[in-house]
Formats: sequence, structure tokens, C-alpha cells
Amino acid sequence: MAEPWEEEEGPVKKFMFVNRKAPYGTIYALESLEVVLISAAFDQDVSLVFMDDGVYQIKKGQDSKGIGMKNFSPTYRALEGYDIEKLFVEKESMESRGLTAEDMIVPVEILSKDELTSLMEEQDVILTF
Amino acid sequence: MKLALLVNEGPYQHQAADSALQFVKAAVAKGHEIFRVFFYHDGVNNGTRFAVPPQDDRNITVEWSKLAEEHKIDLVVCIAAAQRRGILDENEAKRQGKSGDNIAPGFRISGLGQLIEAGIQAERLVVFGD
Repeated sequence: MAEPWEEEEGPVKKFMFVNRKAPYGTIYALESLEVVLISAAFDQDVSLVFMDDGVYQIKKGQDSKGIGMKNFSPTYRALEGYDIEKLFVEKESMESRGLTAEDMIVPVEILSKDELTSLMEEQDVILTF
Repeated sequence: MKLALLVNEGPYQHQAADSALQFVKAAVAKGHEIFRVFFYHDGVNNGTRFAVPPQDDRNITVEWSKLAEEHKIDLVVCIAAAQRRGILDENEAKRQGKSGDNIAPGFRISGLGQLIEAGIQAERLVVFGD
């Protein structure tokens, strides 16, 4: 039987955040991460996709000191604590940049372009940054 | 249909704001409901009343304000993105010790939760940007 607080739960939608840009150079990656963190408070079904230069956002060993920017990549490791655990990397983007799953600072699932397309079909809301 | 928009680019630099404006006008003309327009990244610059484009050019901010007034459209500027870029309402200006505010009529400043809520409440969330 549902508890009273469970009955008060609002609708749950599938939110997908698609990260396509390099972590530095523009602010998209950093501000996208801010939206993702806020979304955690709404108890939605959240997933993240890293494709194109976005795969660099979660590359290990970032050192941004030389460009005077904060290295915000450790924040991706905190996502698990917010119950955001569905992280996908597009295979083609990763491989064309000479990267493997071992280069990523968080556990990710590697999906081909076709698999990703099917996953996108299932989403209610897709936010691209 | 209940629609929401996300505008991620500033006016004039990028066509996203123009496309979003035209989209809202077309949707309203067809009888759709616009739940909210949320401005993020440089999109927050759509909300400054201090921009003075040449007289023979369109004034994007004025067009937004007109739409807000005529159709009661909720125009929300992200507070975190706005603070980085110097978009302030009266309360924020006071709180940050700044000499004035520049938010345009019909716009309000609020948190990113308003974007997620728009995604939940609207049947479609349409993103304008790159």
C-alpha cells in the first residue's frame, strides 16, 4: 500500500542532458552541470549524455590552472550522491578523440550513435548544452 | 498544447532569440499555451532594458516585453546566469549593493528550478541555441 507521502509525489519525467561542448572555452559545460544538479532536487528520471567535444568534460586529469579557470570536473563524481547515475558516452565521439572508458573520471556506459538514438526516443525532455 | 521554451543565446549575436520570439508568436496565434520562456547562458541578455539597438533594427527585448504584456507570458531569467552577466532586478541590485537595476518589463529573475518545473509541466520543452 502506498504511504501518504508517496501519493503526494508529482509526475516523473525522463530528462536527458546532452553535453556536446568542451569543458573550457565556453561556459556551456559548467552551466549545464548547474542545471543537472538542480534537477536532482525534483526527483526526475535524469540521464546525461556526453558526445562530440562534450566527452572531454569527464576526461581524467584535467588541469585548468594555466587558463585561470576552476577545474570543475570533480563535481561529476559527486553526481552519484544526488542519485544521478545514468551517464552515457557516445562511442563514435569517444573513439574519434582517441579516448576509452578508462579515461573517464566517472563510470559511464558507452553507447553507439544508433543506441543513443533509441534512448533519445524514450525521453520526455532533452536539454542540449 | 502546453509549451515551454529555453533560450540559450543572447540577442543580436545569435539568431536563437529571434527564432524563439517567432516561435512564441506563431504558437500563440495557433492557440497554444506558452507555460514559460526560460532564459539561460547568454540568453539572460534578452532581459536587459539597457540595450539600445540601432533604430532601423528590431528591438528584441521590447518585443519580448510586448509579448509578455499582451499574452501574459512568463519570462524567467536564470538568477545564477544573470548575476554573472550583470542582469539585475531591483531586489538583486539592493542585495548586491549595485547602483541600479536593468531588468526589462515583463521579465522576472528566478532560479533554475523554474526550468526543470517547465520541463515537467509543459508537454514540450523547445530549446533555442546551438
